[in-house]
Amino acid sequence: MDDLLNEFLNETKENLDQLDVELVKLEQEPNNPELLGSIFRVMHTIKGTCGFLGLPRLEHIAHAAENVLGRIRDGKLEVTAYAISMILESLDQIKFIISVLEDTSVEPEGEDEGLIAALNQLASGEAPAGDGDAGGDAAPTTVAATGDAGSAVESEQPSETAAPEAVVSETVAAAPAPKPAKVPAKAVEAKPAAAARDDGDKNANQSIRVGVDLLENLMNMVSELVLTRNQLLQISRSHKDNEFTVPLQRLSHVTSELQEGVMKTRMQPIGNAWNKLPRIIRDLANELNKKIDLVMVGEDTELDRQVLELIKDPLTHMVRNSADHGIEGLADRKAAGKNETGTIKLEAYHEGGHIIISIADDGKGLNLDRIKEKALSNGLATVDELAAMADSQIHQFIFKAGFSTAAAVTSVSGRGVGMDVVRTNIEKIGGTIELTSAEGKGSTFMIKIPLTLAIVSALIVGVGEERFAIPQLSVVELVRVTKGSDHKIETINGSPVLRLRDRLLPLVSLRKVLDIAGPDENEGGKSMFIVVTQVGVHSFGMIVDRVYDTEEIVVKPVSPILRHISLFSGNTILGDGSVIMILDPNGIAAKTGELSGNETGLASKADALVASNDDQVSFLVFNAGSKSPFAVPLALIARLEEVEIKKIEFSNGQPLVQYRGSLMPLVTISKDYAIPEDGVLPVLVFSDANRSMGLIVDNIIDIVEESARINLPTDSEGLLGSMILRGVATDLIDAHYYMKLAFADWFKTTTKRSEGAQKTSGRRVLLVDDSAFFRNLLVPVLTVSGYEVVALENPLAAIKLREAGEMFDLIVSDIEMPEMDGLTFARNVKGDPSWNRLPLLALSSFSNPEDMLKAKNAGFDDYVPKFDRDALLQTIDRVLNGVAVAA
Amino acid sequence: MTIEHASRNGQLQQYVAMLLDNQLFGIPVASVHDVLQNPSVNPVPLAPSEVAGSLNLRGRIVNAVDLRQRLSLGNRTVSASQKVMCVVIEHRHEMYGLLVDSVRDVLSLDEADYEKLPSTVDPRWRDVCSGIYKLDKELLLVLELGKLFSELEKDAA
Repeated sequence: MDDLLNEFLNETKENLDQLDVELVKLEQEPNNPELLGSIFRVMHTIKGTCGFLGLPRLEHIAHAAENVLGRIRDGKLEVTAYAISMILESLDQIKFIISVLEDTSVEPEGEDEGLIAALNQLASGEAPAGDGDAGGDAAPTTVAATGDAGSAVESEQPSETAAPEAVVSETVAAAPAPKPAKVPAKAVEAKPAAAARDDGDKNANQSIRVGVDLLENLMNMVSELVLTRNQLLQISRSHKDNEFTVPLQRLSHVTSELQEGVMKTRMQPIGNAWNKLPRIIRDLANELNKKIDLVMVGEDTELDRQVLELIKDPLTHMVRNSADHGIEGLADRKAAGKNETGTIKLEAYHEGGHIIISIADDGKGLNLDRIKEKALSNGLATVDELAAMADSQIHQFIFKAGFSTAAAVTSVSGRGVGMDVVRTNIEKIGGTIELTSAEGKGSTFMIKIPLTLAIVSALIVGVGEERFAIPQLSVVELVRVTKGSDHKIETINGSPVLRLRDRLLPLVSLRKVLDIAGPDENEGGKSMFIVVTQVGVHSFGMIVDRVYDTEEIVVKPVSPILRHISLFSGNTILGDGSVIMILDPNGIAAKTGELSGNETGLASKADALVASNDDQVSFLVFNAGSKSPFAVPLALIARLEEVEIKKIEFSNGQPLVQYRGSLMPLVTISKDYAIPEDGVLPVLVFSDANRSMGLIVDNIIDIVEESARINLPTDSEGLLGSMILRGVATDLIDAHYYMKLAFADWFKTTTKRSEGAQKTSGRRVLLVDDSAFFRNLLVPVLTVSGYEVVALENPLAAIKLREAGEMFDLIVSDIEMPEMDGLTFARNVKGDPSWNRLPLLALSSFSNPEDMLKAKNAGFDDYVPKFDRDALLQTIDRVLNGVAVAA
Repeated sequence: MTIEHASRNGQLQQYVAMLLDNQLFGIPVASVHDVLQNPSVNPVPLAPSEVAGSLNLRGRIVNAVDLRQRLSLGNRTVSASQKVMCVVIEHRHEMYGLLVDSVRDVLSLDEADYEKLPSTVDPRWRDVCSGIYKLDKELLLVLELGKLFSELEKDAA
């Protein structure tokens, strides 16, 4: 394409983008002469250049639009919504023609007479019959121009005729983006002598345009220079006091400054990504018949142009969403007692290496019920799961694919292909997105993205002979592990873990993951480092041999032949000139996911810590007080309730709440847990027989299905131990402990439970009890003590197991059971040769001598009161270790 | 990349000649950027076996492909005196280093001596070579970069 035409197209596109912004502004402040002047000039420029380049169709439209603007400027025509709409209409038409020009270098065929006639009619002062876009029918669809920054261009030539010689353009101060401009080879520019009021342009700052390629090239050269400088410095250091030292020092400074300067050229104000938004919002407001104010704060906040490009579309989408879904119609706003005009506030600011962009609207907020309904109908969650979720969790559903809560699909949104893409795009560039919403008050999205993708701070670590960079952003902390130190690597069935502040951290050996030769970490007492990393909610530690330093590294993409290795996000050159790979924590996390999957598979086969083989247990995970989550087997929970704090009563210091006609005691997770003053709290209700108690928690996180393996027994009160659920160390609470708190007589615990995970390990216990509650309660208790437990709900199932050839070390059975009672079961067991030598313990809530005698006669070796956990453990211990069974 | 066999004067084509396991190979001179002696190559874990690692070419990261591995010639026996040579080429806007045993001159070869590969040549070699030049004393196999990298790029896809 002709250079001249190309130049014109680029410039015009930028001017048009700026016009969009300014026209919308003009509508709001119709009496701003500077604004009018600037708009007029831009339109005039377009017209003049078109005439010069021989583009008649463009020229005619621009001319007609300019006429209207001229009349407005001269005060002969009022700024009306209709007039602005007409001008915007003509801009769209110009954009369309330009887009065709870009592809074909010739103007498209066609007539714009309708549009031009409407504009002329407007200019002559004849108001149209109806408000709206009367002339719009003539205009084809808007084709969005793709230019970026806007800079109104004007020249010093006060002549109407176009001047062919090169002219340095100036950025008008009013333009939202001071952007590097380039010296056009033969830029053609004209300015009307009539434009009297251009005071605002006097303090215009000078800038030139340069191609992005040139900048990128410059950037590469500077990186090279920096590396060479580093090499020279290294050489110079080994030769003390040589004559090169001083000039080298100077070279070093200059290089650093040059690097900084070039980095700055990559930075662009975020306003460049925003300048289309006012127009979009205006059009949307008209279409949806709403009144919307778009407030933009911090347009000057700069970020890397690469990042800017990537967030442009997500931002536009979100602002559209806010206008469409968020802001209510006029009537609704009035009814809600709000100002008719809704506000969408875009804000950007820097915060430590990141840019934060918030998009807030004062609309109706997210409709929880609608989201729930939609989540249900899409099969994303069940009713129970939803009931257990906090509002903020339910809000997260909008980020799922195929989710739109707009009742009707409008032309702008509601198609459900939005927020999931937005989130994916933002996460792709290492950003995060958060959402807060209050029904009736509005929603706020907070986007946090790194300032630049090109240079990141990274931790350099060593594995074997090799070095790797880990982006500092994902590193939480470093732990040094030596033989004698407090921290040591332990293994669960071969998988390394680290106890870190009472939590279990899964570890990944980078040596293994990266397949690097060398001695295994677990051997020898050499010291190692654990890089504690967080990816989303998933935290894990990477075992490395050495930690060198943090370094600012220039991220370079990996070559196509290595791109399939998901563990690397790029590569870089270090100060000493060597090339190292940058590890991608996401890729490694995905890899650990696989590892932990295998681990569960293996462990469930033959580990001493297996509860019931391959049995998946559903756990309810919740927060209460402390940072780490808690879990409790879902089956133990009777119901989930919400209790208004105001309704909590106290009796003798014990909090109570009226619940289903009686008083239910409430307990907290620990004595330190303070019940908030006000609000509604979720309560987990445990019940057995006629008794119920409630455990107060902060919020319920999730329901997770996992095999009931407790990784780490604990002696803390109220906890059975900790386990890893979905990659997070979670404390398993001892429901029995809390029931004891609520009802002192429910269980009788006298001594601490027996220890003996070592001597009891591998012993298999068969537990038969018809009450799911007790099975769920006793399985963890026995598991923690080191037994392998098979729990069954009736004796018939037990007999089946016997027939299948299963063998146990001990049987514990309830007495009162529906289909076959414990006494019959005992007789059956004792009467069959395969199991008749097994010790048989009775478990019952009745404990009078007569019952005990009956049980003994039936074949039970001993008798344990049902509510005494410690007595149970002691008895099992005694029986299994051969101590004479008391008569 | 296709090789133009019609040079400007109609006859001559220039090739960088290099040795691999005593066999002469040639790459069109236009696609060669650099020849490095004993570059320091940083190995890349998990990379395909042909990829020897990455090297720093004046601030650009270049992946080195060991032609011996690529042509299934077995490992290089590196004696102290021998130096590994690296021919840096550009393929689809990406630079790669080809590790070879040694590099000879740039040869101007006559089109007339060019022939297609005989069908008896090892298929692994036929995969990466486009033709053969008959020199006075020996034969020069012409490496075709597109074919050389097609397998590697397939891995990546």
